[in-house]
Amino acid sequence: MTDAALPTPATNLRQTVEARLKKRHAQEMRFRLYGRMAIIVALAFLAVLLGRIVTQGYSTFIDYQIAVPVHLDASKIDKADPTGANYDLMVANSVLAKLGETDDEFGNKSGKVMEIMSNDLGFQLLKMVREDPSLIGKTITVSGPVKSDAALYFKGQIQRATPEDERKLDNQQLDWMDKLKASGAVTSGFNTGFLTRSDSTEPEQAGVLGAIVGSMMMLLVTATLAIPIGVLAATYLEEFAPKNRWTDLIEVNINNLAAVPSIVYGLLGLAVFINWMAVPRSSPLVGGLVLALMSLPTVIIATRSALKAVPPSIREAALGVGASRTQTVFHHVLPLAMPGVMTGAILSLAHALGETAPLLMIGMVSFVPGVPEGFTGAATVLPVQVFIWENASERGFHERTAAAIIVLLVFMIIMNLAAILVRRRFERRW
Amino acid sequence: MLTWIALTALLLFSLATFMAGRRRAVATTAGKPALLHSLPGYYGSYAALWVGVPAALFILLFAMFGGRLEAGLLRVDPPAAVQQLTAPQQDVFFDDARAIARGGMPSETVYDGALKTALDEKAAQSNQISNLIQYGSIGLGAILALAGAFIAYPRISPQFRARNKVEGWIAGLFIVCSVTAILTTAGIIASLVWESWRFFQAVPIHEFLLGTEWNPQIAMRADQFAGAGAFGAVPLFVGTFLIMLIAMLVAAPIGLFSAIYLSEYASSWTRSVVKPLLEILAGVPTVVYGFFAALTVGPLFRSFFNWIGAQLAGGSFDGLAQYLMQVQNQMALVAGAVMGIMLIPFVSSLSDDIINAVPQSLRDGSLAMGATRSETVKKVVLPAALPGIMAALLLAVSRAVGETMIVTMAAGLQARMTLNPLDTVTTVTVQIVTLLTGDQEFDSPKTLSAFGLGLTLFAVTLMLNIIALRIVQKYREQYD
Repeated sequence: MTDAALPTPATNLRQTVEARLKKRHAQEMRFRLYGRMAIIVALAFLAVLLGRIVTQGYSTFIDYQIAVPVHLDASKIDKADPTGANYDLMVANSVLAKLGETDDEFGNKSGKVMEIMSNDLGFQLLKMVREDPSLIGKTITVSGPVKSDAALYFKGQIQRATPEDERKLDNQQLDWMDKLKASGAVTSGFNTGFLTRSDSTEPEQAGVLGAIVGSMMMLLVTATLAIPIGVLAATYLEEFAPKNRWTDLIEVNINNLAAVPSIVYGLLGLAVFINWMAVPRSSPLVGGLVLALMSLPTVIIATRSALKAVPPSIREAALGVGASRTQTVFHHVLPLAMPGVMTGAILSLAHALGETAPLLMIGMVSFVPGVPEGFTGAATVLPVQVFIWENASERGFHERTAAAIIVLLVFMIIMNLAAILVRRRFERRW
Repeated sequence: MLTWIALTALLLFSLATFMAGRRRAVATTAGKPALLHSLPGYYGSYAALWVGVPAALFILLFAMFGGRLEAGLLRVDPPAAVQQLTAPQQDVFFDDARAIARGGMPSETVYDGALKTALDEKAAQSNQISNLIQYGSIGLGAILALAGAFIAYPRISPQFRARNKVEGWIAGLFIVCSVTAILTTAGIIASLVWESWRFFQAVPIHEFLLGTEWNPQIAMRADQFAGAGAFGAVPLFVGTFLIMLIAMLVAAPIGLFSAIYLSEYASSWTRSVVKPLLEILAGVPTVVYGFFAALTVGPLFRSFFNWIGAQLAGGSFDGLAQYLMQVQNQMALVAGAVMGIMLIPFVSSLSDDIINAVPQSLRDGSLAMGATRSETVKKVVLPAALPGIMAALLLAVSRAVGETMIVTMAAGLQARMTLNPLDTVTTVTVQIVTLLTGDQEFDSPKTLSAFGLGLTLFAVTLMLNIIALRIVQKYREQYD
């Protein structure tokens, strides 16, 4: 009876199993697809992020320079005090002469020219006259950047198709610029000024040199503090410390410090270093101190794992031939752990280089127009420069922000590559 | 400057002591250096440490705190004219006296009569005191160095255990370095608690934690009605929570799925390509994400919602359409989404480690029973890794709560109690940055409230971290 009934359920079972299997395999495919999609989405974000910054920023590295012969009219410059003369107007009049126009009595045209020429040209003239008053009365050629709005027009970011009252430059100014470009007075080239100048209120004169130097000085302070202290602390905890409540406390502490939000370190710096110890605000010194405290846990954790990777046989051999514990560690264990330590240290410095929030707390947002004068002078650093420019209203600063980010990322890539190289070149597998 | 010269001289002197100590150690053995307990260098180091370290510490201490000492001494026995000034005026007076003494920029306060003479007197006195402190500390440092030499040098003899003594100094250095970590925590807690305590004297703590109105721009004055409700932080907590939630909704699924794919499905080639790329995403500074959010994602999202609003306008959802047409760049969704992108590699690499820690035998067992790979992941691997993944997500939440730059650049400043992702909200970190940048007098509740917020932030993230670390520790014990 059961024998006769068997075949039917068996085919049914087969069908149900096959149907279920199909469903399960479809599920498997779907699951795999989700995973693949997640990775593609993450990588797409990375591509969009970097691509967007490069497309926004690359145009900064092209700049437009104008060269005009300017007659230094002796009647308009006081030999005793050359500072009082209006050099911008002289430049504007020379440009007008070049365009074959003459200024009207109200100075409207020269005013319009000043809107497209950087006042850097005027500064250059003043500087030359100050250094060599005999130039007065002669005609000299100065070259300098055009105003950032004019450069944006040359780069196609301000377009003629936009209605005249919605753009910053009117049709006449655009016509002049086309004429200057056609006559060869305006030439384009690589923007060296961006890498050799410091911050400025005028976008076309603003550069990142001050920020780069500030970042370097700050990282120097961070490195000289965080690396030795971190390495010694890690060595003590890993090689010497007895297992007791105190060392447990230190361990838990370090793990928690590694996860404290960076802005809290900024508050610490403000309250302790600036208000209590009176370290000068917005100086590379105080920035370096704060970042040193912030990167200390990372250095300690990296050093400990590097020390753990050194096999115990090394220590036993050294102790066996009569070295003391200190000698064992300093002569054998630490040198062998050095590649790992250096990799961790470089990575934590790279992280410190990109850190912004704690630096805002210690007053680094101020405008610093030059290269920092010393470790206690006012300074700005690359990520903060990005933040400051991002907040600026002029359009010319937008591309400069992206360009500053490119410079920052280049530095970070260099540091990361250095870390990878150290690891590849020196790491030993036991 | 003088300090640096003194320190260089000290360094040279201790180098000289090192050489002398080493030579003396060798000399005492009368031609048999093997009789020495330690290597000759240890004797030299011992002497040099006694000479250099106490003196250098002394000089550095005075260089760091000399200014405060001078300011304190200057205030001893103030002239009668100064005593009549109010306390803040006295502060300005003494600051000016010191500024004049340094040739710096005094404030614009005009002093005349008795005050003027007092000012000049104090300026001269300030110079005297500062010279006294500077030369005095260097002189005392020199005495300390010489005393160190007199203590250490005579002790050098073949029986002297110099290596052990030097290693004692090194052990001290080790402990000082390790204690730095504790001091940092203590510093964080002390500064946050101290400044917050001052804040809570002006604004009661329950008002801060439970109040629903945040408007610190109105600094509280004596003639104002207590500024009631101006420092209620609940809207900030809500804003922080909303942005964190959006960020986790982006980061958790994408991060988790990419971790599962990388550890369970991907070939080793894919792993070797994708993992470094994700690490790049993790290494991008947050200010760059902020820039991306403010200038790319914000305008993009706004025009998208405005476009939807324009499509819906006039229809049955006209109210919604009108709202959508008015959304701003600074909506919570923008900051949350970009923060989510930032957290993807964080979630993914933490979960990857945890999934990899699940023993292979569990997977093999499940696969051998006929389960598909996805069933193995869902029914075996994930349940085994669940506590670890929870911990990873908690750490990501803690990161999201403490993240500053993205929200500062892409979220708004208006404190609103809303869970609508298209509204502008503000967060705890944004407010800390806004309160402490720009010109500030340090004693107003406005700036002090930043420390109250900082303390709350620190407490919340600390709690999240401790819970996460506990979970990880407990979970690890299962397989070890």
